[in-house]
Amino acid sequence: MEQYYFQTQKMCVGYDGKPIIKDIEITLPKGEILTLIGPNGAGKSTVLKSIAGQLRLLDGVVYLGKELLSEMSGNERAKKISVVFTDRLQTELMTCREVVATGRYPYTGRFGVLSKEDERIVDEVIALVQITDICDQDFRKISDGQRQRVLLARAICQEPELLILDEPTSYLDIRYQLEFLSVLQEMRKKKGLTVIMSLHELELAKRISDKLLCLKGAYIDRYGTPAEIFNDRYIGQLFDIPKSSLKQIDSTLLAYVEQIETW
Amino acid sequence: MRKEHRKIRCRTVLILLGIGCILFLFCNILYGSVSIPLQAFLQFFSGAGSEETYGQIVMEIRFPRAVSALWLGGALALSGYLLQTFFHNPIAGPFVLGISSGSKLMVAVIMVFFLGKSIKVSSTALILAAFVGALLSMGFVLLLSERVNNMSMLVISGVMIGYICSAVTDFIVTFADDADIVNLHNWSRGSFSGMAWDKVIHMSIVISITYVIVFLLSKPISAYQLGEMDAVSMGVNVRMLRIWLILLSSILSACVVAYAGPISFVGIAVPHLVKTFLGTSRPILMIPACFLGGGMFCLACDFIARTVFAPTELSISTVTAVFGAPIVLWIMTKRRREGF
Repeated sequence: MEQYYFQTQKMCVGYDGKPIIKDIEITLPKGEILTLIGPNGAGKSTVLKSIAGQLRLLDGVVYLGKELLSEMSGNERAKKISVVFTDRLQTELMTCREVVATGRYPYTGRFGVLSKEDERIVDEVIALVQITDICDQDFRKISDGQRQRVLLARAICQEPELLILDEPTSYLDIRYQLEFLSVLQEMRKKKGLTVIMSLHELELAKRISDKLLCLKGAYIDRYGTPAEIFNDRYIGQLFDIPKSSLKQIDSTLLAYVEQIETW
Repeated sequence: MRKEHRKIRCRTVLILLGIGCILFLFCNILYGSVSIPLQAFLQFFSGAGSEETYGQIVMEIRFPRAVSALWLGGALALSGYLLQTFFHNPIAGPFVLGISSGSKLMVAVIMVFFLGKSIKVSSTALILAAFVGALLSMGFVLLLSERVNNMSMLVISGVMIGYICSAVTDFIVTFADDADIVNLHNWSRGSFSGMAWDKVIHMSIVISITYVIVFLLSKPISAYQLGEMDAVSMGVNVRMLRIWLILLSSILSACVVAYAGPISFVGIAVPHLVKTFLGTSRPILMIPACFLGGGMFCLACDFIARTVFAPTELSISTVTAVFGAPIVLWIMTKRRREGF
């Protein structure tokens, strides 16, 4: 049990006491990347929110290291887990740099004033995520893609051990998708960061993840390494895409479907 | 470089607000239906014998009135700021959400009840009654806000609650047959007149304690501003914070209503103006700036209310509405333009 950094046992998640997904068993060693894939509405965000402590677990437990997540204080948890979710942040008159700096929240004192050390970390992360050029702009006036990178910087500023991201690459063009994921890989190599995220880009998920969790309907369909998941034409099944169900499909698209079916 | 610039800007704004408060405090003491020459005022304070009437006007009428305008104005602006934060709604405020009217209703009930038995009402009882009224209105607004997750609907609900409470208050005032009802009527329109030192001391204690607590909460408030869920992941106990925000904003607006009656628009206009001047929404700066700004705004409005049509006095809400309502309209059009 000790070799796993993140572990869930019989985790059951849902809203208002109604379970959506039951019996989730995840085991993840430190420094690995776990990606949640599955069709829309399968509950990927619900699982991520529950792990992040934004939703109450309906049943089961989550371990972080040897500690029970439910027994950690809010501040302790915030020092270990940071999140990048799709909810819009309500920033009024805040520059991107100030938004990044809010990541230092759990480390600051009574009045939330940043120390020199905090400022240094903020500068460092801004350079790492390459948002120096926009850091003095109003956070509300930048593009969705830029915003996503600012939020990543903020999450890294929080110096987490576990980073949770909900569809982080959705707004990014291909170059920034790759850059975004390479930052994650660098963080995991350098600092042993463990990552749990959801992705729609299967190609990326396949290449970056150590483990994949496939969600479908009310249960976990499969859990394994990319080699195990992208195998035996499973992906087509997971997303319900047999050729016959797609009517009036033209030949170029058909070729794409066939490619997916080989996964 | 930019950061230094902003720091200087914030500091300047805070200092200017402080100076403004002191300036208007003196204006309010020196000018009025009887103007007091500065020399006489200085003589009075240096203890050298001066005219008895001046001393009386200053110490018993104008000074307590000006100080209470400062305290209550600050409390009102801060209460508005807390409500705006709580509801993530820039046009929330104690008056708009019907919280002032709830307090007004309870205070009227208590006053009529006690006056009918010719018992003098203590200011503690008044504050408590106003606080209960504020919480009752707040409870209704919260219940409605669960159902209507929409900025304008929330404000409309609040305005309706306000109307209901005002109607009941008017009803009580109309049918209460006491000589003191004239007093009650003046109070229910909002006024800083008739403040005695004992009241000033009571309100200072309540408001300053509340202010300190609000200031200590500035860090979690800064996280809450970004979004409730986000605050949860930053480790903030959001449920507790929400309870604090409700209690503190209710105490502040209850205090205002208990002593000066309902005063409109200060709670919305001042935080917004102050935010524009500061160029930031950081609570640690907004909290003191709102307090000073509200104090200065109310001192200025009370000055206008007393002097423009002297010896006739305007009700304070008349003046605050003239300056406050256009600001609220400006906020709404600006938001529409920026598309938030």
